[in-house]
Amino acid sequence: MKDVFHYLLLFGRNGMRLIAEKRNGKKRKKLRQDTLLFHLMLILPVVVLFIYNILPIPAGILMAFQNFQPGKGFFGSDFVGFKNFLRLAALPDTMPALVNTLIIAIWKIVGNLVMAVVFALMLNEIRLKWFKRTVQTITYLPYFLSWVILSGILIKFLSPGSTASSVGFMNTILMNLGMIKEPVYFLGTNETFRETMIISDIWKNFGYNSIVYLAALTGIDPTLYEAAAVDGAGRWKQTIHITLPGIAPFIALMTILSIGNVLNAGFDQIFNLYSPAVYETGDIIDTLVYRLGLVNKQYSLSAAVGLLKSVVSCILVLLGYKLADKYAGYRVW
Amino acid sequence: MDKMKLSKRRIFYLTLIYAAVAFVTISCMVPIINLLATSFSSSQAIIENRVGLLPVEFTTKAYTFVLNNHEFWTAALISLKRVLIGVPVNVIMIVLVGYPLSKPDHVFPARKFYVAYMLIVMLFNGGLMPSYFIVAKTGLIDTVWALVLPGAVPIFSCIVLMNFFRGIPEELEESARLDGANQADILTKIYLPLSKPSLATVTLFSLVGHWNAWFDGLIYSNRTQNYPLQSYLQTLVTSTTEKLLTGDLNDLMKLLDVNDTNMKAAQIFISIIPLMMIYPFLQKYFTAGLTVGSVKG
Repeated sequence: MKDVFHYLLLFGRNGMRLIAEKRNGKKRKKLRQDTLLFHLMLILPVVVLFIYNILPIPAGILMAFQNFQPGKGFFGSDFVGFKNFLRLAALPDTMPALVNTLIIAIWKIVGNLVMAVVFALMLNEIRLKWFKRTVQTITYLPYFLSWVILSGILIKFLSPGSTASSVGFMNTILMNLGMIKEPVYFLGTNETFRETMIISDIWKNFGYNSIVYLAALTGIDPTLYEAAAVDGAGRWKQTIHITLPGIAPFIALMTILSIGNVLNAGFDQIFNLYSPAVYETGDIIDTLVYRLGLVNKQYSLSAAVGLLKSVVSCILVLLGYKLADKYAGYRVW
Repeated sequence: MDKMKLSKRRIFYLTLIYAAVAFVTISCMVPIINLLATSFSSSQAIIENRVGLLPVEFTTKAYTFVLNNHEFWTAALISLKRVLIGVPVNVIMIVLVGYPLSKPDHVFPARKFYVAYMLIVMLFNGGLMPSYFIVAKTGLIDTVWALVLPGAVPIFSCIVLMNFFRGIPEELEESARLDGANQADILTKIYLPLSKPSLATVTLFSLVGHWNAWFDGLIYSNRTQNYPLQSYLQTLVTSTTEKLLTGDLNDLMKLLDVNDTNMKAAQIFISIIPLMMIYPFLQKYFTAGLTVGSVKG
């Protein structure tokens, strides 16, 4: 019996296993068998990941320093040193793409966060079960639709009208309300393109994003509210002093984890909604990588942009993980 | 507290909140309903800009057109194929990764190396062009495997399942071991049956991912007849149709009096139907998966 307690104290839950193994007298063999199966299980995923996710990394680094030609391959193409990066710096598209990426991505991060929190707070006040459930069912829906589908919907909805198509419903509403006189070409003018991207992204995601905060809200101790009510705090004060501090760690965590997205302005969305008319405000790093590589066949130039983006993103994500671990005790693995 | 008499101010604020929530919710639906109404409206009504939230001069001609559009159904078949192959591949890979990595370091000392490997995959992206050439070099272009293998191991889902496995009490494993179960038994008879909600979550993640993916189909297919549905829709949605459609279809459009707008709309809505059918499950399990995956105790 003493033996049992000793093991439990020393090894916690695994003490039980050690006791069992000691009793069976085949501790070593068992352990070896265990990990052999684990290695066997991991072989297949590791190999697939190696080919399609790891190999492109050195391949990309090679390409960025080569004048890559598909016919000559990764080893036959000529090395050109930093020439690709110099050409990139001289390219007129580079700077706008970087600036657009940062502006669109940062506004999306902030907007999505604020909207999700506000929406969760409002939903939390709603007591009518059927109303709440209906609202959730509807607002989560756009999240599950691809940007191809949503682009099809938005292109029509935001259309200014042309010889080929009629005026979109958005412009019809705004004109009927007297807010605008002429139809606005939301997706085709530089004055409105970024705003349209940011708002439509929030529109797609806010419902789903609010789930985390709704879950956090249910975790707040209800007695806190009762105590505050006894002390004479109104609903508004309760929100400020109990609810917000209660979900603050989650807000902080989500913000930190989104640091890694600063260079992701949303390729799926912008690729399907932009046009040459709005490259000035709408071209982002990812669309530039696509056009350089698959349209202009400037493989090495495209790989160089991709490499730079990947390095910076990687640093930002790691920074986010580090901060999340330090301040929120959150570990991904 | 609900029994308490509500103050006037409280009623005012509540009304405001209900109104705001209702407004946001409606604005979520308006663009979608507008296009749905368009898909059921006559070409004439669309051109004259009379369609709002209800179909005008109700017709199903656009849907009849889609039924006869071979390109659409070819693409739908490719999508079905990729889902039928891609989802099982994903789920198997997720279990193969999630289970060993759920073991503590002292049970599986090599775990940290595998975790580092996964972390590299997660953090560092090879980029578009190198990935493209690797897929091309391995001979996958124009096959369904180009849509399955590059994303065969979804690491986020592996983490979700791993975290779920970790929450299963180890005592269950101990007692099974005492009864002479080996590792394979423990996985298939204890862990997997107990993880049904989590497995459902990652299956649905994978299902939606495969159904919605469009970019890989676009770049990894040289021939348009190998496009999955979303890639086909992508070219349709972002183009000014006439160029894209073959002669036969143009004739069919004229014959049916279908125009560009309601024809596109009808195809969009047909492609959403499978998602709508599983939407109740999506709502249930995506919510659960999200909170399991992101908020750990």
